[in-house]
Amino acid sequence: MALPERKTDIGPPHYKQFMPPVIVNNYGKWKYHEVLSPSAMVHVADSGDKLWTVRVASPRILATDSIREICDISDKYCDGHLRFTTRNNVEFLVSDEKNLEPIQAELKEKGFLTGGIGAGISNVVHTQGWVHCHGAATDASGLVKAMMDELVDYFTTKRLPNKLRLAVACCVNMCGAVHCSDIALVAVHTKVPTIDHEKVKNMCELPTVISSCPTRAISPDPAKKSVKIKEDKCMYCGNCFTVCPPINIKDPDRDGIAIVVGGKVSSLRTNPKFSKLVIPYISNEPPRWPKVVAAVKHIVEVYADNARKHERVGEWIERIGWESFFKLTGIEFSYQCIDDFTFMRDTLRTSSTFKW
Amino acid sequence: MKKYDTPLLDELEKGPWPSFVTEMKKAGQKNEMANDAVGHLEKCFKTRIGYWKHGGIVGVLGYGGGVIGRYSEIGDEFPGVAHFHTVRLNQPSGFFYTTKALREICDIWDKYGSGLTNMHGSTGDIVLLGTNTAALEPIFAEYSSRGWDLGGSGSDLRTPSCCVGPGRCEWANYDTLDVIYNLTQEYQDELHRPMFAYKFKIKAAGCACDCVASLARADMSIIGTWKGDIQIDQAEVKNYAANGMDINSEIVGMCPTECMSYDGGELKIDNANCKRCMHCITKMTKALQPGAERGATICIGSKAPIVVGSLLSWVVVPFIKLEPPYTELKELIRKIWDWWDDNAKPRERIGEVIEMKGMRSFLEAIGIDPQPQQIKEPRKDPFMFYTDEDIAKFKANEAEEKKTGVYKF
Repeated sequence: MALPERKTDIGPPHYKQFMPPVIVNNYGKWKYHEVLSPSAMVHVADSGDKLWTVRVASPRILATDSIREICDISDKYCDGHLRFTTRNNVEFLVSDEKNLEPIQAELKEKGFLTGGIGAGISNVVHTQGWVHCHGAATDASGLVKAMMDELVDYFTTKRLPNKLRLAVACCVNMCGAVHCSDIALVAVHTKVPTIDHEKVKNMCELPTVISSCPTRAISPDPAKKSVKIKEDKCMYCGNCFTVCPPINIKDPDRDGIAIVVGGKVSSLRTNPKFSKLVIPYISNEPPRWPKVVAAVKHIVEVYADNARKHERVGEWIERIGWESFFKLTGIEFSYQCIDDFTFMRDTLRTSSTFKW
Repeated sequence: MKKYDTPLLDELEKGPWPSFVTEMKKAGQKNEMANDAVGHLEKCFKTRIGYWKHGGIVGVLGYGGGVIGRYSEIGDEFPGVAHFHTVRLNQPSGFFYTTKALREICDIWDKYGSGLTNMHGSTGDIVLLGTNTAALEPIFAEYSSRGWDLGGSGSDLRTPSCCVGPGRCEWANYDTLDVIYNLTQEYQDELHRPMFAYKFKIKAAGCACDCVASLARADMSIIGTWKGDIQIDQAEVKNYAANGMDINSEIVGMCPTECMSYDGGELKIDNANCKRCMHCITKMTKALQPGAERGATICIGSKAPIVVGSLLSWVVVPFIKLEPPYTELKELIRKIWDWWDDNAKPRERIGEVIEMKGMRSFLEAIGIDPQPQQIKEPRKDPFMFYTDEDIAKFKANEAEEKKTGVYKF
């Protein structure tokens, strides 16, 4: 069958053709919204028109047939309108209040998980992992699934002092906003890479490899027409591997998971913050990563018990002090938690006022 | 179709959270590529290592971005994923869809690819996971003829994205959806044909809540804000109090600039001391609204840790009005790209180049004056550059002071 004629540089379709009439009519004229439950909210326009939103979790990887099932529900209750969120949730846009209860009942009956709105845990921002990335040190979707199975109540019903944003990165590239999340997992390498000199010679541009190293650990090895790595300078970032595949950084027995906490992207109350390292290493244990999951759950619970209303994890920790965070959580403070890379000057303590 | 034994992945079909394994198997029931992707992933779980090769150069005619080449090292064992390229489709602003549009996307993808998707990728695109090289041109013809185009990848403008904005949010200080649609259309060439030193991301957030994580992961972060007084509906303030909100503790006491007061009657805001963080507005959404003069703050430079640590975007333009056709914003973007192009080494993001060359060089190039809103605090060291023009200006000011007898600092 002949293919249709291709077009180039047309850009994305215009968004307005996909919006329900209530949005087109009240575009930019929303007055306020109310969170009705962790699963539903209502937006009210200046005109008095209302739009109800019902949110469900998705595993981000969706089979086309699952998208069609989501479409079937939207056709039935939302005149075929829906949207996705930046955190991989599906939002059903309900224009008629009488559909609000039935759609939630049907979603529940069909096994969808509704929730994620307000002061709890929403869906997890994550990377591709072993499903589809060459650089992955672990599987991101697997970690998310294992972690959220344990934390699911905070998505559906249980409330926290404020939103708690989780993220998973399958290597230190940290695609997504992993470096500014309340609690995030990042897969780390822990060993100096090995070099296949024969292949380096044929596959890699040596100046690019040498300049890829942030600690200048890589220098030319003229005899081998390759490069060498100064072991005590390497901190296993894997950037050399990214530009030169024969420099192998993957090591199943040594790759692991680090946990960082206290980041945020919003400017509410306090400025946006990076997440900071609290647990430098847990072994990579698919398929359910039990120790990683237990650690995250523990930190969530200590936060839930100790933070004041509206405090994000990072704000709570800044108020009580990091020494108190380690004390409250019982997490052992390790050398890795002291920055010896680019942020040392900003992060070491310079006063004698701290808590015991 | 080969049936794979997947004891490890089967563990991830248990439990209440929706399972990506179930999704992969579902696609695998009717698609050989997806089926092999399941077997391939089980092997990764078993050996605790990945088998994807670095991306190769594949794409569609005339484009350099939008398709990410992916090949397996063990394609002989799993022929369905020997080629398993990703196609990025540029999402509509705000991720709004009709079911008709989604079904069309699915039907085409089932015809040529694995049937697996990401809704959505981190950059914002619709990610179609897994197809082979021969299918790329047909895929592009099918989608583009129906109004869908590819997104960015590699050293180009990455697919711009935004929050839900005026589509469904009372806090949108500018039209995030329109700005992103408009910029995406304006820069089709930069999006599809990699011509930069490295990637460049633009993300548009309507307010300081930053639901698109713009400040943390966009080379250009456009964050909505306002000038003027927060609009207060005192009757609604009373309602919040009547409904049990402890306004002094939850609102006044958590205001970072201590610019609010409440004595049980009227809520008062000393707007000159408000830094527009949005805490009070988000908690009392019926009672408080941003001020009437709306616009955005432009921040530049954020990125993830590789290579020498993460950056958050720095304030460059404290306030800009954003109204169609966004001429001032577009001129700014062109100047930013020109300076970056002149100064970047390969694989250097704009934030890294600013660190190397200095903010002054950048600000002068794009024609923005130094302003205290750009910094947290002034420099702490005395090692600074003076140009002859700087000194001449200082001297000229002093000469003027001598004439008038009045010092101006």
